[in-house]
Amino acid sequence: MADLIGSKIERKEDRKFLTGKGRYTADINLPRQTYAYFVRSPHARAKITKVDHSKAMKAPGVIDVFTGDCVVKDKVGGLICGWKIVSQDGKDMKCPPHPVLAKDSVNFVGDHVAVVVAETLEQAKNAAELVNVSYKIQKAVIKTEEATSFENIHEGIDNNLSFDFLLGDKGKTNEAFSKADKIVKLDVVNNRLIPNAMEPRAAIGDYNASSDELTLYTASQNPHLDRLIMSAFNAVHPEHKFRIVAPDVGGGFGSKINVYAEDVVVAYASKKIGRPVKWVAERSESFMSDNHGRDHVTHAELALNSDSKIIGLKVDTIANLGAYSLVLAAVTPTYLYAPLLLGIYDIPTACCTVKGVYTNTAPTDAYRGAGRPEATYVIERIVTEAAKEIGMDQAEFRKKNFIKKFPHQQCLVHNIDSGNYDAHLDKAIELSDYKNFENRRSQSAKKGKLRGIGFSTYFEACGVAPSAVVMSIGAGVGLWESAEIRFNPTGNVSVFTGTHSHGQGHDTTFAQIVGDKLGVAIENIDIVHGDTDKGPFGMGTYGSRSLAVGGTAIVNACDKIIAKGKKVAAKMLEGKPEDIDFKGGEFILKNSNKKKTIGEVAFACYLPGTFGDVKSPLPEGVEPGLIETSFFDPSNFSFPSGSHICEVEIDKETGETKLVKYTVVDDFGTVINPLVVEGQVYGGVAQGVGQALYENAHYDESGQLTSASYMDYTMPRADNFPQIKIDYTCTPATSNPLGAKGCGEAGTIAAPAAVMNAVIDAVGTDVQMPATAEKVWKALKKNGSKKAAA
Amino acid sequence: MAKVSLKINGKEISQDVPDSVMLSDFLRDYLSLTGTHVGCDTSQCGACVVHLDGNSVKSCTALVADCNKSEIVTIEGLAKNGKMHPMQEAFKKHHGLQCGFCTPGMVMSAVDLLQKNKDPSEQQIRDWLEGNICRCTGYQGIVAAVKDASSKM
Repeated sequence: MADLIGSKIERKEDRKFLTGKGRYTADINLPRQTYAYFVRSPHARAKITKVDHSKAMKAPGVIDVFTGDCVVKDKVGGLICGWKIVSQDGKDMKCPPHPVLAKDSVNFVGDHVAVVVAETLEQAKNAAELVNVSYKIQKAVIKTEEATSFENIHEGIDNNLSFDFLLGDKGKTNEAFSKADKIVKLDVVNNRLIPNAMEPRAAIGDYNASSDELTLYTASQNPHLDRLIMSAFNAVHPEHKFRIVAPDVGGGFGSKINVYAEDVVVAYASKKIGRPVKWVAERSESFMSDNHGRDHVTHAELALNSDSKIIGLKVDTIANLGAYSLVLAAVTPTYLYAPLLLGIYDIPTACCTVKGVYTNTAPTDAYRGAGRPEATYVIERIVTEAAKEIGMDQAEFRKKNFIKKFPHQQCLVHNIDSGNYDAHLDKAIELSDYKNFENRRSQSAKKGKLRGIGFSTYFEACGVAPSAVVMSIGAGVGLWESAEIRFNPTGNVSVFTGTHSHGQGHDTTFAQIVGDKLGVAIENIDIVHGDTDKGPFGMGTYGSRSLAVGGTAIVNACDKIIAKGKKVAAKMLEGKPEDIDFKGGEFILKNSNKKKTIGEVAFACYLPGTFGDVKSPLPEGVEPGLIETSFFDPSNFSFPSGSHICEVEIDKETGETKLVKYTVVDDFGTVINPLVVEGQVYGGVAQGVGQALYENAHYDESGQLTSASYMDYTMPRADNFPQIKIDYTCTPATSNPLGAKGCGEAGTIAAPAAVMNAVIDAVGTDVQMPATAEKVWKALKKNGSKKAAA
Repeated sequence: MAKVSLKINGKEISQDVPDSVMLSDFLRDYLSLTGTHVGCDTSQCGACVVHLDGNSVKSCTALVADCNKSEIVTIEGLAKNGKMHPMQEAFKKHHGLQCGFCTPGMVMSAVDLLQKNKDPSEQQIRDWLEGNICRCTGYQGIVAAVKDASSKM
């Protein structure tokens, strides 16, 4: 069984998805179900002067219409920011009220104003057109860099500034800069993205008046957290009478962490009308109202000494929070971002400021990588520019500045337990045939193409997170994880995890861990998640935490099972517990050939009387049953790292960029299932390439989202990619017994910088993301005219 | 209201359907064939692809009334006697799916490609699948699966 860890095992969950038997929220239909359709703001900023729903109430099939007045009357709480940041002046960040249905004002296109509940979806949609909302339109602020000089969009929040965050030592950093031999400066924009999980969000509220139980089916990454928030803050229903089911979920990428207005409203509406209420987002609603990601404007400076060593880093960022502050909106551009700006370099001093600003755009929050792609982009772009400016090879400059000894306490926050950065860069250099790059560049030039190469050597902090650490910096909850192992009498095993799989393959990977630990065939192990009524409270899946934190809880629960099993086996084998070894699913009495399988021991635990040749197997004081629970709180974050090398070819005539070669070498620590891990990396890289070359959430000056469909928002497609080469190095994590570091976001974190460094190398001048054909063409034209003038 | 007669996954169906009902909604809401997914509202994502008289179509933009007397195969109709189609097997082997939402449409498109081109090159596979969006896999496992299936079909 030992070879289960590290094996390319095909996924257990695939068959249902491949045969059309997946069960997503939209696939669920309940008896007496009704349909909800939301009335949304068509304006980016307006005062609501009147909501008249009298006509809609009379429309065919309409059961009820709920407005902002209703939720105020029924004391339904607003949406919350779950992790509050303190500004450098010691003051708490400012959060505007965020009602689930707007009553007085709307603050972005798509903001929820009312909901119509009807017998059919068509009737709900038609009646929604009859809800007459009177608006007094106001001028909106859209651009990140204009927010602080615009009039206040929320009462009491001056300069639209939520927080002014500082991390690092300003004095020491200024001193380092004053002694620098070279200062490299860079301005970068981190474009606004829309997560675009392929399953649009959906929710069904189902209130049972007989039992006073409320069930919410919702596409969520963290059903227990949703229930906690909706009970404690939205006051929808008491936690012990409230069940949340997140069934099959079609991708999350951070966009399904939040409790959304629609979740609260369908739950509330179901209680009001006493029937199930179903809502499924249309894609255009997803574009408008799912949380967006990134949207930073940054100025960075890097100080070097005469020996080409980095001696200091200064970064100033404005982060666009959008119209309100969502659950992780504030931590994403601060603690998940600023500490990561140091990259994998030994930088003695740094300081970073982040201004979090409100604008009349969709709220931003975690999107795959959350803060870390933004940080990696800044440091990997400026390190690249530094190497260029001093005329040093990209790889050589990086290696010269890499952290070499571990554990390494960085000057900002993190204490990196393990790593070997030279190892993955060397391997990537070899695998990508870096030494012959200039030949390839010449060959491309012969075809009239500009070829460029880009490096991105990244690290990330994942395995979120040590609860004491995160709660000391504002997290509203701890970030431990739970697991429960239930050995059933017949010997198969149900494993309950507080994490949630929405594509990550937990059903297989976690079964491999349990199979390895307990010696049970993975066919006989069922991984259960996504239902608050089934397993213990868990924190969910995000931040590449599931294996490092949730997987460790599973390991610990397995250890408890083995410990109890030894006591029982000792009695059965007439020995002492300390003389029992457990190996390959068998309890063996030392220095004898006496043994019992774990299945026999489990069976005995449930039948503590006399049966067959077994007589009362339970020792005194040992309870019947074989169920163990573990809650694991990690001692540290985990720190995956790696090297990406990207090559692009650019068509001089059209400005079109083609990805022609992409190499990845990652250090994820222990890999449980390479098939699953490779999938995470391919997908992550594709999203990172999407950010660099294609994707951009665009609002016009009035605040209309002009990229609200797949006709306008460019998703990466199959024909945008070459084969991506992947390899690994391994330094195990020391903060969990698996040695696992996490792999879910790495591709998205590293790729934008690798791609853009390659584009900029080819073009020869700065280009901001996304490097669309138009932007590249303009940059080339500008270059050409400069050269002609010279 | 239109009366439509269809053969769906080998089974004859005759039913009255409002003129405005899309094939995807008909499959999902009338027949509970929820393997066909709807991921967008502009006919771009391809999660809804089914076979209509042997050709892949986006069922979210086909009126069921226009499909009268047609033969339709959905993802539920691909496995035979409990044995998955070689394309489904290949997707499993090459990790061509993660969250599974785009998968039914992706598999139906891929099967249609191999009906029309028995041995496509990698570029031909990538070009053909341009109308199916996957957010999870980066397409690498999918392309490998189609290539592998082409040797087995």
